Amino acid sequence: MFPASRYSSKAHRCIRALQTVQVEHAAPQLYATLNTRRTCSSVSTPRITTHYTVHSRDKDSRWEGVEMERFADEADVVIVGGGPAGLSAAIRLKQLANEHEKELRVCLVEKASQIGAHTLSGACLEPSALTELIPDWKERGAPLNTPVTEDVFSILTEKHRIPVPILPGLPMVNHGNYIVRLGNFVRWLGEQAEELGVELYPGYAAAEVLFHEDGSVKGIATNDVGISKDGSPKDVFERGMELHAKVTLFGEGCHGHLAKQLYKQFNLRENCEPQTYAIGLKEVGGIRRKVLSHSVGWPLNRHTYGGSFLYHLNEGEPLVALGFVVGLDYSNPYLSPFREFQRWKHHPFVAATLEGGTRIAYGARALNEGGFQSIPKLTFPGGLLIGCSPGFMNVPKIKGTHTAMKSGMLAAEAVFPKITAESLDSETTGLHAPEYAETLKNSWVWKELHAVRNIRPSFHNYFGLYGGMAYTGVFYWIFRGKEPWTLKHCGLDANQLKPAKDCTPIEYPKPDGKLSFDLLSSVALSGTNHEGDQPPHLTLKDDSVPVSRNLSIYDGPEQRFCPAGVYEYVPLETGEGMRLQINAQNCVHCKTCDIKDPSQNINWVVPEGGGGPAYNGM
Amino acid sequence: MSGRVLVGVKRVIDYAVKIRVKPDNSGVVTDGVKHSMNPFCEIAVEEAVKLKEKKFIKEVVAVSCGPQQAQETIRTALAMGADRGIHVEVTGKDYDTLGPLQVSKIFAALAKKEDAQLLILGKQAIDDDCNQTGQMTAALLDWPQGTFASEVSLEGDKIKVVREIDGGLETIKINTPAVLTADLRLNTPRYATLPNIMKKKIAQVKPADLGVDITSRLEVLRVDEPPQRLAGVTVETVDDLVAKLKESGTI
Repeated sequence: MFPASRYSSKAHRCIRALQTVQVEHAAPQLYATLNTRRTCSSVSTPRITTHYTVHSRDKDSRWEGVEMERFADEADVVIVGGGPAGLSAAIRLKQLANEHEKELRVCLVEKASQIGAHTLSGACLEPSALTELIPDWKERGAPLNTPVTEDVFSILTEKHRIPVPILPGLPMVNHGNYIVRLGNFVRWLGEQAEELGVELYPGYAAAEVLFHEDGSVKGIATNDVGISKDGSPKDVFERGMELHAKVTLFGEGCHGHLAKQLYKQFNLRENCEPQTYAIGLKEVGGIRRKVLSHSVGWPLNRHTYGGSFLYHLNEGEPLVALGFVVGLDYSNPYLSPFREFQRWKHHPFVAATLEGGTRIAYGARALNEGGFQSIPKLTFPGGLLIGCSPGFMNVPKIKGTHTAMKSGMLAAEAVFPKITAESLDSETTGLHAPEYAETLKNSWVWKELHAVRNIRPSFHNYFGLYGGMAYTGVFYWIFRGKEPWTLKHCGLDANQLKPAKDCTPIEYPKPDGKLSFDLLSSVALSGTNHEGDQPPHLTLKDDSVPVSRNLSIYDGPEQRFCPAGVYEYVPLETGEGMRLQINAQNCVHCKTCDIKDPSQNINWVVPEGGGGPAYNGM
Repeated sequence: MSGRVLVGVKRVIDYAVKIRVKPDNSGVVTDGVKHSMNPFCEIAVEEAVKLKEKKFIKEVVAVSCGPQQAQETIRTALAMGADRGIHVEVTGKDYDTLGPLQVSKIFAALAKKEDAQLLILGKQAIDDDCNQTGQMTAALLDWPQGTFASEVSLEGDKIKVVREIDGGLETIKINTPAVLTADLRLNTPRYATLPNIMKKKIAQVKPADLGVDITSRLEVLRVDEPPQRLAGVTVETVDDLVAKLKESGTI
């Protein structure tokens, strides 16, 4: 399940080999000719993708005569995703139903085997939205056990630490907030939801959006099960189930796969900037002293956005949650976010906290960095987007949970009167609730995101990190984000990579097994697993593009940015040349590959429900 | 014959999760850790549902002993095709000390109460590897047992069981009512699908209601991780090997 790989030297040989091939075939144009997949390449590509979203089952002879009818059920509201946004929406809907004494069937589907198992975040929670949703959260036992007492912000150099004063009014002030293990918090929210009568279905992934005849969203269908690795049906094949609803709320988290389809279907992104992202890697381990710290600087250079967090946890045994965030608009294809994270732990300031403790957890997830400029159109006939899926994260504060929860609550409040109204007040069969976007625009979420909108883009200047900090100091701290201009981002993260030949490979230190660790033992700690005999859910639009483009131009950056070792370039069994091997079972559902693939060839679709990481209070 | 089959299912830590010993060495960390149905119990449920589909039996009842979360495991069994579920509530310290003997007593009492024709269990649980519950239950009920079953067929009121034993395969014929324990090659379990979960019922009962005393006769003293495997040493010649072996006191 975890094959080892030594990729750097082999990849170098491969680039030289392929460069001679390229001259003959003018290969870079291959990407543009997606329609002639199998005919143009003279280098035969072994088949990688077998998923039915790429190779349709209608024309597949192995699927002839297989029963494709699906069982369908009706609910008032279906929510996709059991994270803070989805659960807050569910809870709010049931609260309103109880207040107005109305019956409401709310069904929530979640791809993780249990609520909270795919949740990963720092996390420093601002309890504002929680207090609005459940004012007596303390009495109900919400796991907010570690109030923030002191806070440290530093710029790191290789050996030293430059403390930066956290003046009141700066976005990183944390007074009144709590360090939480978000997975545990989400699990607690799930319990609150169940108590109110929400039907929670963990272990069932929403795989397909269903549409009415008039084009509005009808609901979702859960994943089919029992398809073997080569795409053919097994004996235990069963179709997923259809859940129809008056309105569907999509809360899939950062870069959701159904949201990706919805953006295209309803053209929701025509008036906003493309979303930009970062990858966050996190570990939980034993601790030597209490600390709450954020840092920027080493080991990243001033042009690569990112930083670290180190939060102690007050929960029984002394633990610390530590992590590293790297902006996915980095340009050097040799950068490995995982290895930067491991390298950072050797800094004297960090090592002093971790020494002697044992690592008990690891995980990774992409997060939004686009903020205000990247918020798409939020509503469409039959559904709406909530939480980190459209993206309400306050980037300089690095907090998105409170805004996600608030968006879920506002969605519930907008949808409730429509679904309980006597007569159906909608032009389409699926209810359209544009009021949600209106109330969101008038709420504190919008004000907060608007005030910090220019901080992240301000890093795109010659001085990089230092320019950004200077901008924040002047325009946010003094002028509170009221400047009349809105800075733009640089475009898609996938387009930011420079060709490998223009960049220098980075020499990373070997993991020492005490502070820093290798990738595969880290992946094992995430508890991730998938049913082995299913089509790989990392689907490629064109199987030949990884070798012909990603490897030849960018030296296969997916080998480095995947925090779970899913992508490996291995030599072909026949001799010369490489092929991409996808170890789909390792996937931790972080979505980084779908975001950062320079060819945008990788399309992450949801695997069989229940598969994926088994995070415990991450 | 009532045509009713009882299937015991156990909620265990998922096989893919890394186990961690509690800092006080009293046990293994289970709080918040991903749990699922014991793989051998899945095979048992599948076999019961297959028997129902072939019309040999009329009803499949899934049973689990444990705290509130055991209901999730029963729900999975219902989603695979069991007709109803029984949750025997055992919580807290009682659950920590619940072992094969206590569970066997509970199953024996339930088998009598439900007038079961057949009791199918997994051969062992992947957390304790005891491989005792099936055998003990059969003894308590004085029923024949077909353990390590890799093939089961009902022939009238007798059952033919092919058992996996050290020497190969053994075929036996036993009377009903009987206890069977499922081994790996008995079948491939089907997936638990959503429509089935939504409509079925789980009844709740306490061990005391069944007249069972669940006090344990065992006390766990200490739980430790297995010792770290030390790295090996490569030696160049046979003389080196002999010297090293002498050094370590092996010869």
